[in-house]
Amino acid sequence: MRTIFSLKSEVVLCFIFFLSISESFAQQQNAGELHGNFQLDAQYYNKDSLIGAPVVPEKVLTNGFMNLWYTRGAFSAGIRYESYLNVMQGFDPRYRGTGVPFRFASYQNEQLEATVGNFYEQFGGGLILRAYEERGLGYDNAFEGVRVRYQPVKGLYLKGLIARQRTFFSLSPGIVRGFDGEINFNELISSLADKKTAVIIGGSIVSRFQTDQDPIYNLPENVGAFEGRMNIIRGKFNLLAEYGYKYNDPNATNGFIYKEGQALSITSTYSTKGFGLLLAAKRLDNFDFRSDRTAAGIGANINFLPALTRQHTYNLPATIYPYATQPNGEMGFQAEMTYKIKKGSKLGGKYGTEVTVNFSGTNGIIKRSVDNDTLGYSSPFLKASKEMFFRDFHIEIHKKINANLKVNLMYLNWVYNKDVVQGLAGFGTIYANMGVLDISYKLAKRHTIRLETQALFTKQDMGSWAMALLEYTFSPSWFVAVLDQYNYGNSNETLRIHYVTGNTGYNYKGNRIMLQYGRQRAGIFCVGGVCRNVPASNGLSISILSSF
Amino acid sequence: MKILTLSLLLLVSFSKAQVIDNKRPMPAVDLKSLEGAVVNTSTFDNNDAPIVISFWATWCKPCVTELTNIAEVYEEWQKETGVKIIAISIDDARNQSKVAPFVNGKGWDYEVYLDPNADLKRAMNVNLVPHTFLLDKDNQIVWQHNSYAEGDEEHLFELIKKLVAGQEVSEK
Repeated sequence: MRTIFSLKSEVVLCFIFFLSISESFAQQQNAGELHGNFQLDAQYYNKDSLIGAPVVPEKVLTNGFMNLWYTRGAFSAGIRYESYLNVMQGFDPRYRGTGVPFRFASYQNEQLEATVGNFYEQFGGGLILRAYEERGLGYDNAFEGVRVRYQPVKGLYLKGLIARQRTFFSLSPGIVRGFDGEINFNELISSLADKKTAVIIGGSIVSRFQTDQDPIYNLPENVGAFEGRMNIIRGKFNLLAEYGYKYNDPNATNGFIYKEGQALSITSTYSTKGFGLLLAAKRLDNFDFRSDRTAAGIGANINFLPALTRQHTYNLPATIYPYATQPNGEMGFQAEMTYKIKKGSKLGGKYGTEVTVNFSGTNGIIKRSVDNDTLGYSSPFLKASKEMFFRDFHIEIHKKINANLKVNLMYLNWVYNKDVVQGLAGFGTIYANMGVLDISYKLAKRHTIRLETQALFTKQDMGSWAMALLEYTFSPSWFVAVLDQYNYGNSNETLRIHYVTGNTGYNYKGNRIMLQYGRQRAGIFCVGGVCRNVPASNGLSISILSSF
Repeated sequence: MKILTLSLLLLVSFSKAQVIDNKRPMPAVDLKSLEGAVVNTSTFDNNDAPIVISFWATWCKPCVTELTNIAEVYEEWQKETGVKIIAISIDDARNQSKVAPFVNGKGWDYEVYLDPNADLKRAMNVNLVPHTFLLDKDNQIVWQHNSYAEGDEEHLFELIKKLVAGQEVSEK
């Protein structure tokens, strides 16, 4: 495994290359564009033994990065410098020091796009391959290698790649090879162009190579996976189905069994103006796929398996008991209906009323023992076990009362199997009810005040919570907010703590600066579909963002 | 070596500030329409009237508030300035199927595209959503804004009117 620290000379060369191209074009009409973005997060940590915040010897920790891209016509190139001095609490400690872990050059014309260096890619829905970044969570499994996207005719899309994957400041040992093809029949065949029904099919093959140095087991060095998908769209209907299969892949997350893996996802939607309906189902069985068979936790993931539940943004539902996909076996469903009660009707009022009802649930799969125990287990394909992992039923009503006043109301009923979702023992299943009331009032042109109150009721685990947020915004630049989370129902009285933070921020065009002071609760923090555990902390933090 | 790298980085960003500050063209990136078709951003066109590009996601509350508030005045905006709003959803596979029912359920009349691999998000250097860009008649980015607060749309509309009137929209 080589580290990126040893690439300094290469990096400097890369900069000089940049400088020289931009210099040489600077005098010309089309000098190309240099653009990018920047982010710096820093926190000063206070001691706080009450919430179990770890002692930070450095006192101040910072994460920062800058993307710098150069584009000129068909050519583009870019780098990202990252700095973790030292890495902030809650991020993986393998982010250590500084470096340039992302750099690429790319050429693109109408048919062909070739990229060398680092890149992100997704085949279909990502069931067997997706590399992406979520900087706020410290998640980045970018590829490093070569990728070609090719479109020989309109309606036919081909992609191929060979690469290794980033794991923090090094590369994962496996080599990933992948090919994807997609056909859009309505684009490909001109006589179908005006047909009401659109049909798109696609498929991909991905293979990982990793040497076997195990003294006992004969581990497969090449592990293959394939995926097929179909999307049928007819007017208001949309049906999307994706199936994936993975050959035997003994690895750290499945206990080194030689069983095959399977995944199926089906989603159908119907929507018309003012009404939307979604029905979805998913099954996963032994489908954790990584470019390093010894990896566990976060890192070296080749595929992307998001949870089939609504992604919540209100603080208590989003952070206290969020569901996380169980790649080694789960079966779930989701149904969601959105409806806008018409303006002028009794319930709709002057502006109409929006109602969303969502119900999702996930259970385990049946695992039967088999004679050959290297295969692990066998599992009937379309059957779920009785073991409940998660349930989320909620209803949300959004109503604009008048030109200045808006109200959002939400009720949630959850079942959360803490042992399974967090990989623990002895916590059992938690039953919780939650309520949210969010009121926004416009005081004057560009001045708005918002009050958000939330409550979570449960007799189990940490007990009940209440939360309140008061926010004042002065468009287009300023905001100030105070937030309190109060664990008033904790059975241990000394842990009935207020977690109070004050926040303020300033925006100007593509720039944003934010300050936060206070006590941050430990919990799972989810943004953009991934979740990470944040330890409790207490202190002052600052974030600076810029896009240019 | 670290210091050298950093100073070079700073040198590049400052010495080329002129390049950065000038308006730049909308990058050419493939997106997906809600009907599954591949659409390249170079085909974005609004008959010489301005375009607003708004990055959003179904799970992003301020994004949804912004697009809902603009939806209420969109007809007036269009009549007065001819502006077109293009909403780019950065939802991934978890929520991508929800985008069409969501947009229809809200009754939005925007052009909506999906950017599941975040190719356009990266090419336009978006850190967080919501992030809004204003393009002139030549599809040049002339202004951008990160985050949304109630009333921001009024400021945006003033800039659109300035742009249509042929004035400079820069806030520098």
